[in-house]
Amino acid sequence: MKGCFSPLKYLTLLGLGSLFSVPLLAQGRLLATSGVTQLEGAAGGGLVPWALISGYSEQDEHSLSAFTTRTDVQDFRLEVLGASWSYNNRLELSAAQQNFRLKNTATDIRQEVYGGKLRLAGDAVFTAMPQLALGLQHKRLLDGDTAAAVGADNDTQGTDIYLSASKIHLAALAGYNVLWNATVRASKANQMGLLGFGGDDKRSYQLLPEISALVLLHDGLAVGAEYRTKPDNLTAFREDDYRDLFIAWFPHKQLNLTLAWAQLGSIAGSDDQDGLYVSLTGYFQ
Amino acid sequence: MIRSLLCSSTLLMATSLLNPLMAEDTLYERLGGAEGIAVVVDHFIEEVSFDRQIYPFFKDSDIERFRNKFSEQLCAVSDGPCRYSGDDMSSVHTGMNIGEADFNRVVELLQKALTDSGIPYTDQNRLLKKLAPLRNDMLHR
Repeated sequence: MKGCFSPLKYLTLLGLGSLFSVPLLAQGRLLATSGVTQLEGAAGGGLVPWALISGYSEQDEHSLSAFTTRTDVQDFRLEVLGASWSYNNRLELSAAQQNFRLKNTATDIRQEVYGGKLRLAGDAVFTAMPQLALGLQHKRLLDGDTAAAVGADNDTQGTDIYLSASKIHLAALAGYNVLWNATVRASKANQMGLLGFGGDDKRSYQLLPEISALVLLHDGLAVGAEYRTKPDNLTAFREDDYRDLFIAWFPHKQLNLTLAWAQLGSIAGSDDQDGLYVSLTGYFQ
Repeated sequence: MIRSLLCSSTLLMATSLLNPLMAEDTLYERLGGAEGIAVVVDHFIEEVSFDRQIYPFFKDSDIERFRNKFSEQLCAVSDGPCRYSGDDMSSVHTGMNIGEADFNRVVELLQKALTDSGIPYTDQNRLLKKLAPLRNDMLHR
């Protein structure tokens, strides 16, 4: 499997490359209502999928985006590449590949995540009710040996299902706009699936809350924090919740750059893993 | 006499101390009152007149009437001394079939007009908050 041709990776690179060459068209939503791209490829914060739909599609528009994310912590490096399509501010489909590198082991763990999200109701900015969305993330673990070795119940695939609510409150904090998101995820995934699904301790789906909040310092600049609870299915290794503090910059509707300080806790026996998270998403039609 | 002087001066002091709290500017005042709003509306009409997406909605309308009614509406929603005397939002927009993207574009044009008029970002947000409830009466009519 190692070194084999990854169409997803090349599609994504092609997408990112073409950002700089195709004529870009204006999109029908307000700046930053794309959210950023989270670790599994959905529109959200850095860690949490939100109810926002990727890109700037509205009113029968399509939107395409491509992203790359890198997080380096003490004993691991995670690279994610992916793309997302959305239609009419209603439907989002995404594909992402995660490449997780383990220090001093000559081991990489690759996982593909195929995502879908449907906006059920509400507009995050303008309706009194929050924007609600239902999503799923189907994960295919390409390198399952490590998962099998650490006692995962399933070392090939798993599916997360989530329900998210997002709301932007205009002028809520001394005149600044505030966004919150609350997500409940049903999941069996160990470390997002990189260490398989379910374990010798717990096998079944659990409901896991995830929350985010941010303040928009300007239309294109947000600072915020996230917290994502996680399962703890394996007896061999403790798994901690993820958290981060982030700053997201949207210079225009074609680009987002997000920097974060991610605290990922204990991963496969290495405690207190934290480090810089950098993510770039390009949006085009 | 002295007591009443004392009393009234204490009262004066108390009111002057409380004054910064009590006399918090209305949004209308922060926008610069009638003159400020006139500048914002001028800028907004300028933005619309250059916008390929939004201009078609305005091309058959009486711009002077729009100027008056929109100024009045901004004055009223920002707690200024005006009453909006125009037609209600849903009948004004009936037949226009305004979509979400059109509404968002108008928001962007208004934000541009507010920025060009020197209105701070936080006051722009405060005004948008007041106008946001109108969206439902404007869409898909």
